Amino acid sequence: MRWRNLSPRALATVAVLAGLAIVPPLALLTGATFYIDVFTRIMIFGIAALSLDLILGYGGMVSFGHAAYLGIGAYAVGILAFYGIHDGFLQFGTAILASALAALFIGFVSLRTSGVYFIMITLAFAQMIYFLSVSLNTYGGDNGLNIDRHSDFAGLLDLDHANTLYYLVFAILVFCLCLGRRLVDSRFGMVIRGARSNERRMSAIGFPVLRYKLTAFAIAGVMCGVAGALLANQQLFVAPAIMEWTRSGEILMMVILGGMGTLIGPIVGAVAFLALETVLADLTEHWQIIMGPILVLVVLFGRGGIFGLLSRWRFARHRG
Amino acid sequence: MAEPLLSVTELFKHFGGVVATDNVSLSIAEGELHAIIGPNGAGKTTLIAQLMGELRPDHGSIRLGGGDVTWLPSHRRSRSGMGRSFQITSIFPDFTVLENVALAVQAHAGHSFRFWRSARTDPALQEPARAILERVGLAIRADVPAAVLAHGEKRLLEIAIALATRPRLLLLDEPMAGMGPEDAARMVAFLKRLKGAVTLLLVEHDMDAVFALADRITVLVYGRVIASGPPEMIRADTDVRKAYLGDDEVP
Repeated sequence: MRWRNLSPRALATVAVLAGLAIVPPLALLTGATFYIDVFTRIMIFGIAALSLDLILGYGGMVSFGHAAYLGIGAYAVGILAFYGIHDGFLQFGTAILASALAALFIGFVSLRTSGVYFIMITLAFAQMIYFLSVSLNTYGGDNGLNIDRHSDFAGLLDLDHANTLYYLVFAILVFCLCLGRRLVDSRFGMVIRGARSNERRMSAIGFPVLRYKLTAFAIAGVMCGVAGALLANQQLFVAPAIMEWTRSGEILMMVILGGMGTLIGPIVGAVAFLALETVLADLTEHWQIIMGPILVLVVLFGRGGIFGLLSRWRFARHRG
Repeated sequence: MAEPLLSVTELFKHFGGVVATDNVSLSIAEGELHAIIGPNGAGKTTLIAQLMGELRPDHGSIRLGGGDVTWLPSHRRSRSGMGRSFQITSIFPDFTVLENVALAVQAHAGHSFRFWRSARTDPALQEPARAILERVGLAIRADVPAAVLAHGEKRLLEIAIALATRPRLLLLDEPMAGMGPEDAARMVAFLKRLKGAVTLLLVEHDMDAVFALADRITVLVYGRVIASGPPEMIRADTDVRKAYLGDDEVP
């Protein structure tokens, strides 16, 4: 059969996207419509994880402050809505601009370091933005900010309908995935990957590496900022908790769990992580006790994450 | 006399109390193969790192083709025509052999803020890269991951990457490091062919190779130039004989 010739990655991509595409009709059919909301949220985190994978899996930049852009994107929507500005283009435009500027600034400073220093500096910046949001008393401070309406895209999309929001998020996810795929094999992508593998050599052959890494960092920040703006629409609420440092850790976990440097893997990781969280939280309030060991096992034995396991299993079956 | 391609004047570099480069002056004419020899710890690699801009000298100047490059970062020196190979093989192990070289071609084919078209199927990058692989004799290995190459092949790839940036001056840091006699002979033959087409600065421990290839030789001991001149002169120099006394390496 034809599909047997597809690479594991292409196969996983088709399977995952097809699966996500049929969630709403399936949910309507079975009457479990709250799954539409659950999977909207999962896909939003999929976008965030995918954006982190661009710089982590391909660029080797271990950003431990990625949730900051989620927060910036969400607050852009929240604050504009607070002032009665509900225009979606304006809200998302602001989210993109704000996360781009934040990423450029954070990247400009932190990309001069590497290894554990880079991790700490990105974390520190994210914490600064977190505490900034806590101090914004006008916008609810610690308690957050209710958003009374969804983003309004000139009346073209009615995001009050769960289905519409779902497919908007789905479309953006697919777009980010396509963009990511093109990006990592483009000239730009080759520079980023080369810098991950051997930065000194990249300079010696004539690449001004920093500006390429900074651009990648900003692209990832913007993608995550858009995810934040979507999250604000899904929750109709935004609070500092959206960018707590543990959230950055969770996004990092989704990438590692799903498979770094694959783009589709982190989306699988987001599904697995949030599904597991939901299931385990139903079983016990101490769900982290079970989640922790699972993550440890995947990291120890599943090199390449879930995606890596799947493709090895498929490869073994092929030969068998 | 025409201006030399590279001229180094009164270069100094200290690491704490250690003087790694001690008043080194050097000039290399266009087309020349200039070898730098010296015992271990003589500061040869430190000198190359300063020439390429990876280390900043404490004092002195480096001019390439008449322009001062002393304070330029590596990537700018690469643009002004300098290239280097590394003593410890420095390739991109995850990329294929062809991609390794194509990346170096890309570095000198305009900016790389191109986000959409695949670089991995771009003939503008692949064709020059393939030509260079032909030249070093690695064409049949073009599509294997660089990580699986044999040591000798990796050393050739190391030079192929540097050549792909089309340098006017190529700094070779011990290209024969760790090679068996067969591979070393192949490398010498290759460098002989390369000589003349590119100006070469060769740091090498293999004395047979150095004396077979070099137009001029500079001897570095404890960061200082103790002799510089054509091979026959270096062979006869008493200071050089003294520096190598004991291991009797000078043929």
